[in-house]
Amino acid sequence: MYRYDEFDRTLVLERVSQFRDQVERRLHGALSEDEFKPLRLMNGLYMQLHAYMLRVAIPYGTLSATQMRMLAHIARHYDRGYGHFTTRQNIQYNWPKLGEVPDLLTDLAKVEMHAIQTSGNCIRNVTADHFAGAAADEVGDPRVYGEIIRQWSTLHPEFSFLPRKFKIAVTGSLNDRAAIRVHDIGLQLWRNGKGELGFRVVVGGGQGRTPIIAPTIRDFLPERYLLSYLEAILRVYNMLGRRDNIYKARIKILVQQEGAEEFARLVEEEWRHLKDGPVELPAGEAERIGCYFAPPQFEALSAVDPGFEKRRINEPEFDRFVRTNLHPHKQAGYGIVTISLKPVGGIPGDATAEQMDAVADLAERYSFGEIRVSHEQNLVLPHVRLADVPAVWEALRAAGLETANVGLVSDIIACPGLDYCNLANARSIPVAQQISSRFADLERQHDIGELKVKISGCINACGHHHVGHIGVLGVNKRGEEFYQLTLGGDAGTDTALGALVGPAVAYDDVADAVETIVETYVRLRQPDEPFNATYRRLGLDPFKEALYGTD
Amino acid sequence: MSNKILTANRLSDGAVVYLTAEGSWSEDLQQAAPAAADREADLIATAQQAVADCTIIEPYLIPVSIRSDRLLAVSQRERIRAAGPTVETASSATAREQAHVSL
Repeated sequence: MYRYDEFDRTLVLERVSQFRDQVERRLHGALSEDEFKPLRLMNGLYMQLHAYMLRVAIPYGTLSATQMRMLAHIARHYDRGYGHFTTRQNIQYNWPKLGEVPDLLTDLAKVEMHAIQTSGNCIRNVTADHFAGAAADEVGDPRVYGEIIRQWSTLHPEFSFLPRKFKIAVTGSLNDRAAIRVHDIGLQLWRNGKGELGFRVVVGGGQGRTPIIAPTIRDFLPERYLLSYLEAILRVYNMLGRRDNIYKARIKILVQQEGAEEFARLVEEEWRHLKDGPVELPAGEAERIGCYFAPPQFEALSAVDPGFEKRRINEPEFDRFVRTNLHPHKQAGYGIVTISLKPVGGIPGDATAEQMDAVADLAERYSFGEIRVSHEQNLVLPHVRLADVPAVWEALRAAGLETANVGLVSDIIACPGLDYCNLANARSIPVAQQISSRFADLERQHDIGELKVKISGCINACGHHHVGHIGVLGVNKRGEEFYQLTLGGDAGTDTALGALVGPAVAYDDVADAVETIVETYVRLRQPDEPFNATYRRLGLDPFKEALYGTD
Repeated sequence: MSNKILTANRLSDGAVVYLTAEGSWSEDLQQAAPAAADREADLIATAQQAVADCTIIEPYLIPVSIRSDRLLAVSQRERIRAAGPTVETASSATAREQAHVSL
């Protein structure tokens, strides 16, 4: 894992010290709220529906066991004993007190973490494939480039006041697990015909009220040009992006206005001035950063572990966990364990301090001290020996974290919605709870197969409803919560935006409607046909008919 | 005739508060002082002073109805804001189910 150097450490400590002074001055009236608000937002501190909310950055979704224990300590000491892992691989605390936030940030800094650039019109915390450094299908480790981008973008003076917030995602595999095409910039590592490592660059994707799938503006960017090319994109956006209308300020609007081809031309033109200049990665820098992410000392193991296989045969519950929560590792004899934060009837993404400690213990004992946070609001133990998976599963059971539903209908992404969020129009969490309770039978979920339900409480789409196989969007109709349903969205390699299936349904009817959609799919699918394949084959009509009748 | 009450967030901890008849700030919506339209300006003036005194931030008026002598925020957003999240949080649920996690 990356370790802070003296520059990182100084920068973070100085920022905490500055913020401590700013909070002090605010509490004593030397700063007005108008003066203080932009300062607190620059440190990730929002005012939400019930209280302040602190958003802590988890760079490219990577955590050490030590950092996770600190997150648990913060939940316990400064909050109400829990935290919420978000679709941006961050963690949010819902109840911090203003006067205590400087101490909280001091504690965070002890484990090389902070809340800088988790808000505001700047380059936000970079996200990455949550199987980084472990996936069997990985071409290159996206964390290396996430870290390079983090260092380049942190407090970058030219890009601290962009027209709007800016999100970059990196995936190191051709199988996109980072939803790169719904980000402002998406980077996909791949090797060209000569075996050189580089990036496919996609720009101008996003969700919100104007969902757009990012077009590719460069199919192959050699690795060494990463920063100059990013700088060219950001510079074009900074010059031409709209600042007069918040709803038209994201780069996706600019790319649409100019057209992808013209936007690419503008970037290439700007890049000519930057290429091979001072911003370029020095020779050996990617290798130097890469050393921080060197693989741990894996044992030379057989690809098959007899004890593990025997347990699968003898214990159906364990086998079910393996089928959904264990993914192939690049190292023989190891697997990637996903820890579901979606228990039946639970709050998607929430973890108690005790659960965070439990995951830290497991990471230390079985996964070289490493943890990842996924944009699907789950946690990951990236390097577990197959022989240890039964022990991990048993420990997860003791901590209430063993739900075998990763990728299934109850593994729901949900934003905080109207239960916490100032912007929401409708609740998301209880809708997710109703759906997961409706499908509480895990055997049934496994029979249904992979199915991604994503719920947002407003058009800002923090719950990624546009790219859910089944998307649920909360709206307010004359003071009542209603929910629009979309079908056919996809956040992965075949990125797609869902289509509205019909009139919105009432709060109490959402679980019924989702169940009707699922039953229609199960009835009409061909053998082994995934949900979106059935949807593409048949279109909306059979689902519409099932939901609304033929009249 | 619709009544309004004045709400805000407390500066120190962000808690949702309501202006009472005594001019203090309470976390209990039932303690709020409803005002008819012709008295709204008085509430706002009181709130502005509290902002200047660093007691509260972001004050605004919300409509309420009165049923059986109890105040009820008209909008769902404000009802949730007054009562807290409508869902049982992870900590409260887990605390009930298991006092200790042992590995």
